[in-house]
Amino acid sequence: MDMETEKKVVANQAIMTARNVDVFYGKKQAIDNVSLDILENEITALIGPSGCGKSTFLRCFNRMNDTIDICKVSGKIEFAGQDIYSPKVDVVALRARIGMVFQKANPFPKSIFENVAYGPRIHDLAESKAELEDIVITSLKRAGLYDEVSDRLEDPGTSLSGGQQQRLCIARAIAVDPEIILMDEPCSALDPIATAIIEDLMESMKRHYTIVIVTHSMAQAARISQKTAFFHLGKVIEYGETEKMFTTPDNELTQNYISGRIG
Amino acid sequence: MRDLTLTTSDQLKKRHAKETRFQWYGRIAILISLSFLVFMFVAIFFRGAGAFQQTKIGLDINFDQTLIDPTGTGDPEIIANANFKPLITKSLAQAFPEVTGRSETRALYKLISSGSVFELGNMVKENPELIGTSQKIWVTATSEVDLYMKGKIDETISQDLRRLKDRDIAWVKQLQESGVIKRKFNTALFNNGDSREPEMAGILGAALGSFFSLLVCFLISFPLGILTAVYLEEYAKKNRITDLIEVNINNLAAVPSIVFGLLGLSIFLNFFNLPRSTPLVGGIVLALMTLPTIIIASRSILRSVPNSIRDAALGLGASKTQTTFHHVVPLALPGMLTGTILGMARALGETAPLLMIGMVAFIVDIPKGVTDVATSLPVQIFLWADSPEKGFVERTSAAIIVLLIFLVLMNLLAVYLRRKLERRW
Amino acid sequence: MTKTMTKSMDLRLRHANKSTQLKELAIKFVLIASSLVAILTTAGIIVSLSYEAFRFFAKVPLSEFLFGLDWSPQTAIREDQVGSSGAFGVIPLLTGTLLISFIAMVVATPLGLYSAVYLAEYAKPRTRNWVKPLLELLAGIPTVVYGFFAALVVAPIIRGMGSGAGFDISSESAMAAGLVMGIMLIPFISSLSDDVINAVPQALRDASLGMGATKAETITKVVLPAATPGIMGSLLLAISRAIGETMIVVMAAGLAANLSLNPFEAVTTMTVQIVTLLTGDQEFDSAKTLAAFAIALYLLILTLGLNIIALKIVDRYKRKYA
Repeated sequence: MDMETEKKVVANQAIMTARNVDVFYGKKQAIDNVSLDILENEITALIGPSGCGKSTFLRCFNRMNDTIDICKVSGKIEFAGQDIYSPKVDVVALRARIGMVFQKANPFPKSIFENVAYGPRIHDLAESKAELEDIVITSLKRAGLYDEVSDRLEDPGTSLSGGQQQRLCIARAIAVDPEIILMDEPCSALDPIATAIIEDLMESMKRHYTIVIVTHSMAQAARISQKTAFFHLGKVIEYGETEKMFTTPDNELTQNYISGRIG
Repeated sequence: MRDLTLTTSDQLKKRHAKETRFQWYGRIAILISLSFLVFMFVAIFFRGAGAFQQTKIGLDINFDQTLIDPTGTGDPEIIANANFKPLITKSLAQAFPEVTGRSETRALYKLISSGSVFELGNMVKENPELIGTSQKIWVTATSEVDLYMKGKIDETISQDLRRLKDRDIAWVKQLQESGVIKRKFNTALFNNGDSREPEMAGILGAALGSFFSLLVCFLISFPLGILTAVYLEEYAKKNRITDLIEVNINNLAAVPSIVFGLLGLSIFLNFFNLPRSTPLVGGIVLALMTLPTIIIASRSILRSVPNSIRDAALGLGASKTQTTFHHVVPLALPGMLTGTILGMARALGETAPLLMIGMVAFIVDIPKGVTDVATSLPVQIFLWADSPEKGFVERTSAAIIVLLIFLVLMNLLAVYLRRKLERRW
Repeated sequence: MTKTMTKSMDLRLRHANKSTQLKELAIKFVLIASSLVAILTTAGIIVSLSYEAFRFFAKVPLSEFLFGLDWSPQTAIREDQVGSSGAFGVIPLLTGTLLISFIAMVVATPLGLYSAVYLAEYAKPRTRNWVKPLLELLAGIPTVVYGFFAALVVAPIIRGMGSGAGFDISSESAMAAGLVMGIMLIPFISSLSDDVINAVPQALRDASLGMGATKAETITKVVLPAATPGIMGSLLLAISRAIGETMIVVMAAGLAANLSLNPFEAVTTMTVQIVTLLTGDQEFDSAKTLAAFAIALYLLILTLGLNIIALKIVDRYKRKYA
């Protein structure tokens, strides 16, 4: 399989749609009737004060919430026209299409190479060793890490710096060649320089992928995203073009949040 | 456009099948482990349940004064020294008038346990007014008769291979018909010490031996364990000596128990000349063995007492010792007691070290204190398991059942104490 | 006014301090003395075993003990009796011990590990709360009970299966003892491995699951490799237990010092020989009695060595994810 296969880029086409999504943790409601569209080859930022449900909502997209027993999701989320919560959907296949990068870099205690090769191996994506190497190198290049680690692919992934580790995790997610990459506050544990590198990386990645990012930094959302959704107490208060949101928000609550009066 | 269907592909089917298999391996592993547990309990229970009943034979015994106390003194010593065997033989002769010859009468008498004469003796000693009367007395049958009554003797095999001959079985059947052979609750099991005769053997001596050993063990290990834990948790500075003690305790917990027995043998018996085969030495050895467990458990309890309590006391001007012993230790005590009881439960089941210090002898007498020779319950189990007589098999199992009951009770006590007294922070 | 008051209080406090100080010192002394008992125990074990072992090595050379292939400690009653010297080669005992431990580990490792994985990763909390204590019950049963079970129930079954398959198995065999010891060891492995598996950070599982790995793939390819050092530690601790276990082998393994790796033959172990040599009448100067201490010293070195390595591995592992 060729990673460089040209994808049909149709700007502003929704690849993922959420309709009337509710999420409950036991009796506590974390997400209250949220509907929004994620557009292809764009970066969508989810912002809001902590505990507003933005991470919970993000984890609905690849059904990572399934791993939590008491978590119940209702409503409809569609990916490429298929209801991802339908019983016919295989969650393994879903997660191969929708990758995830977590808040804290979590490389496996394996070599850099093995970290990236993990996904292609489990999904049987490479037919030969050469192909596997090809996937790993391409993924590392796309994650902007290859030049830094090309001579030490056998070193443990945990030997890298924090920023490099996070890029390794991005490379690991890319290696499965997903359509969408979900990022849950990927820069919150990084210094500004490492953050800047990852932000540049995301900008270049959106040519190939659709990115949904949860961030607590409004500046970051403003810098990188095309669309922004503002979450408050489990509800989407406002959703639209990032530029408009940060200059002339429709809602007073949004205004208060982005100007720092609440949060 | 790429294929974006999310349904299960053939490759995924295989992976899911693997997943299911993997889960089943786990379930099967647990199932096998637990069925061993159940199998063991059931096997032992079925072997042991019978031992709680003992076959008795009802004999009309004439407590003939001329045989027991010919001069009518009523002196307990004379009664104790009297020979009660003729009482039984006479009664048997009445019950089986057709049995005459010398060897036949002897064989008949062998249906009755040789311990019965002592039972009769004790009976008369306690109730001297029995003398001169005729009573129906249920005397203990031998183990062979007992096994036959419990259906554990195969009549079809040749009588040369059996200790209970066809003639004996005929007599037993005769007794059965006249309704004077019955299975009754086995009081001997709980009232007697060890015996060579399975039907007379009991666990009281061993149980008391265990009790005295555990008493010594508790008196030594509880205070020492707590004080050591308090020192290490509350007082000791982090230095090399403390480290040494810590490493030492962790490793001591892993020393094979039999090595503690050798320690007892060479230090306490040979060097200090403490009395051999006694609960005193057994208790000391068990205490040294359980000490590490108690210390480790107590330390984790002390660690769970929040620092705010110490700060509050220290802030009021209490000294270190006052803080520790007035505030911290009382809060931790229930937890430490729980840990100690669990440690003692382990000690109760311990056998190997006791073998080394001679608590493995054949002891009939019931121990009355920590310096009397004794065995312990697990050692008694070991001894009986080693005995060739078939009658001991069910007694061994019964002793195991009793031991397990004690263990369960101690664990329940620990759980109860934990629920009732322990605080959660 | 305030000044005088502070002064008198100050005095009283100083007075109190003196007697408390003494008391504190006395209590500290008692505490230290108690802590030393643990050290004294270790010292006592090492000194007493070494002392008697050295007396033994004065009679029997160390090399003969360590490398001798024959074990028949019966010293002759008459001087002219054949084999009057007695042979004290520990190798047959060591192989017997290791054979039984090996069988035990073959039983306990898969059962313990799969149980631990299931309990840690799959079981619902309710199941876990039931099954875990039940498994740990296996560790709480006195070993004399296992010994009885091995000798009276398991050995005849193995023998019956053997004669059914057409070959003869002795009534005391390494198999029966090893099998039952394996059951006893299950909770040692499952409990510690369970802890170790739980200590693997959830983030690693999320990463793997998030890429579309199945749970089993996540466990075998990420969780277990990450937990390997800790699991190794738990296995070593179990082996150390197996080597030092006494009652099961005394009751089910036999006394014959066969230098054999056949699990269906009777073999003897170090602990069995210690018990045989030291129960019953003993003269304290005979090589026979002293040999028990030499074996015990060897046993202590083996188990402590394993234990120290195991604790180091587990400790380093715990620190890694702390």
